[in-house]
Amino acid sequence: MNSLVTAAVLLALMSIAYQVGWSRSRAIEATAGKLHSRPAYHGYLTVVWALVPALVILAFWLIFSQRITQSYILSLLPADIAAQGEGDLATSIRRVRDIASGFGVAGETAPWENAAGQSLREFQLLAFAIVVAAAAGAGALAIVWLRQRISQRFRARNAFETVIRVLLIACSGVAILTTAGIIASLLAESLRFFSFVSPLEFFFSTRWAPGFSTTGNADGEYGMLPLLWGTLMVAGIAMLVALPIGLMTAIYLSQYASPRVRDTVKPVTEILAGIPTIVYGFFALVTVGPFFSKAGALVGLDIRATSAFTAGVVMGIMIIPFISSLSDDILRQVPRAMRDGSLGLGATRSETIRRVVLPAALPGIVGAFLLAVSRAIGETMIVVLAAGNSPYFRLNPFEPTSTVTVTIVKQLTGDTDFASPQSLVAFALGLTLFTMTLVLNVVALQIVRRYREQYE
Amino acid sequence: MPAHTATAAAPSDGSAERLQRIRAGLSARHGRETRFRFYGMLATALAMGFVVLLFAMVLAKGLPAFTQAKLLLDVTFDPAIVKVEPKPVQSLDQTPADYRRAMQDWERQVTLVNWNRIVEQAVRAKAPDFQIDSRQILSIVENNERFRLRDRFVADPSLLGRTIPVTMLASANVDNWLKGTIDRSLPDAQQQLRDDARALADRLHAEGTIRFQFAWGLFTNVDSRSAPAAAGLAGAFMGSLYMMLVVMLLSVPVGVMAAIYLEEFAPKNRWTDLIEVNINNLAAVPSIVFGVFGAAVFINYFHLPLSAPLVGGLVLTLMTLPTIIIATRSSLRAVPPSLRQAALGLGASRTQMVFHHVLPVTYPGILTATIIGIAHAIGETAPLLLIGMNAFVASVPGTPLDQSAALPVQIYLWQGNENRNFFEARTSAAIIVLLALMLALNGLAIYLRRKLERRA
Repeated sequence: MNSLVTAAVLLALMSIAYQVGWSRSRAIEATAGKLHSRPAYHGYLTVVWALVPALVILAFWLIFSQRITQSYILSLLPADIAAQGEGDLATSIRRVRDIASGFGVAGETAPWENAAGQSLREFQLLAFAIVVAAAAGAGALAIVWLRQRISQRFRARNAFETVIRVLLIACSGVAILTTAGIIASLLAESLRFFSFVSPLEFFFSTRWAPGFSTTGNADGEYGMLPLLWGTLMVAGIAMLVALPIGLMTAIYLSQYASPRVRDTVKPVTEILAGIPTIVYGFFALVTVGPFFSKAGALVGLDIRATSAFTAGVVMGIMIIPFISSLSDDILRQVPRAMRDGSLGLGATRSETIRRVVLPAALPGIVGAFLLAVSRAIGETMIVVLAAGNSPYFRLNPFEPTSTVTVTIVKQLTGDTDFASPQSLVAFALGLTLFTMTLVLNVVALQIVRRYREQYE
Repeated sequence: MPAHTATAAAPSDGSAERLQRIRAGLSARHGRETRFRFYGMLATALAMGFVVLLFAMVLAKGLPAFTQAKLLLDVTFDPAIVKVEPKPVQSLDQTPADYRRAMQDWERQVTLVNWNRIVEQAVRAKAPDFQIDSRQILSIVENNERFRLRDRFVADPSLLGRTIPVTMLASANVDNWLKGTIDRSLPDAQQQLRDDARALADRLHAEGTIRFQFAWGLFTNVDSRSAPAAAGLAGAFMGSLYMMLVVMLLSVPVGVMAAIYLEEFAPKNRWTDLIEVNINNLAAVPSIVFGVFGAAVFINYFHLPLSAPLVGGLVLTLMTLPTIIIATRSSLRAVPPSLRQAALGLGASRTQMVFHHVLPVTYPGILTATIIGIAHAIGETAPLLLIGMNAFVASVPGTPLDQSAALPVQIYLWQGNENRNFFEARTSAAIIVLLALMLALNGLAIYLRRKLERRA
């Protein structure tokens, strides 16, 4: 109800502002001749001018209304009630609020409660009326002031365009703000973590056993090397699967396939990239893991259903389209003349690809590879479901393992109070992950960009 | 041509010898060529095969879950069992709070009625000669059916003494037994149902009292732990919908405006270079890092509620923003410079040129990028786990600030359910719903792009 009234007042203010700006400029135009800006711009500018003070006042009210109402209720309560403990006081305040809202409370009410409810209701109405009136008044004042300034030479369009420009800059600042926010928040929480556990232990110890957060202390061991090893192992297996298949697919599609085949195959493989990773995780857990386990038993290998191998292979499947479409783009950028030259000298197509096209495209492919590695390192749901979550140093890929991302999920899930090192460690791990992927991404993007410029 | 003159001394047998050598190597080279080409085809076929395999598996596992065993019973609201006072009516002098209390008292009475007996009687009426104790009868009907009977009675107290046909869900164990998802040859000790309950289920199925019908509940019910057969996706669906709304409302305007600034207005200097690198990097930051950021900033610092779609939407917005910025920028870049020059030449300002002439041309591109970005965002799981959306929520969220699940998180929760036999199919069904939603969104994007581009 209140928000509806506010919205209605704001809308009315905006339409009045537009109308005032527009008609004023029209009136001047009628008497004095052409203005610098068209009437619509005068209207827009007036709207902006009216909106800003009104919104500022409403924002202030939004921030402070809770506190003001709370202290007003406290002042209404009789002394003995106000002196109650925290819980009873909160109950009394809630009862007063319920009475004021008209919903009432069940059972008998004390007379002071009724009185307090009544005056709270009046206070709320009055305060709301005052705030809305103030907002509308400030807007109206701004309209009147701007109306004075509208003249033949008033540059309403330029002023309005400046407003838009500021808005655009603010929006592009969001991206910077996000990165800054990620770095700042991760750093701050990581520093808190490092006040419990020394960075040396965190980065170089080989045992991961953080204990439980309920004990509330830092006992437990926080060496991230086993997690890092697990991450690299899973990512490595994924790349072993994805690189040959992805690269050969890209080669086939860009060098051999007819346009029709290409146009059907490429979108289909790219479906793989669009499937949510939780689906891959489920697929790995329910189908691929047991399948490997049985297949391993047939050849005498002990493969666990949830293992680095399972997670890695499924992650590799997920990454195939990533590598194939990036490499495909890159292979197609290799100048035709180079290929034709090689073919003209009598080389077969595969020789041309291996000796001419691939070496020329190598930097770009390396870039694509690094981007894919960065994605593999940051991938979460597949490893959460299929890697077995067992944070020990194991060289055997057929055993369960754990990764940085799995551990972040495990340590942070469902936690609201980030005070114990057991949950804070997630931020240190997040920072590590962010730094790793940042370096990979920046290097890869630089390589790809430079490569693209080379052949443009 | 030094090479030529060197061999020119013996032109006839020199070239013959060279021809000989080329011929000798030719078949090996052609063999390599064929093999290489074969590898390319193999890789492409593998990539396609994975898509087919994934969809086949999900469909094979998930489709059976769209039908579900249901009991078609005639339920009598026997006054001998349902002994309650008449439903209270709100009198004029009653406050809403007092009425609610009276209502609650009455509903408590209704809840205390032995609804299980009514369910039991209804089942017995279908097989009057079958000797079986009450607990076994109740084990074939889903747990929450008694509450549904109660709710029907609360909504319509005139049912007292009448007999109406009611379709009840069979319990998850009956569903498993009749569908064969549990091995029928397992010994009694490993079966979920006792032998007489299994026999009753078989008999009712043969007589047509238990039928397999389309599982509407999958879409209309909320998640449930005590009644797994009644667990549905309604809450998760609404949660995902709210998140999509938040993402759409925030990321599109901010992303498009940021792209406009960077592409059309920003001076090319080190600062904009930094923003560019930063945005490209943000697009490749692992999603879980955004989750860690959300936990630190939105939950821990701003104290926004846990498990709220609003927070999830904010995190996903930050993730989607780079995608939309990059896509919008490339659409803007693709607008021919002649359009800009024409607008500027006729005296439009830069802002007018961008907003009146350039931007409208890019709408199809922006729209497609937005839909694809959102489709990607709703499949994202990992960041949502970190902001508490993995909580068990058995309600449909009314506002974006209520606790809620989301589709991918629901998949994550269901795959971990202990009743594996039943939930493997349910999880796959949820995956089908999610994939169908994403494919529909992507299809919409493709359709819109075709349609809008043709008109442009």
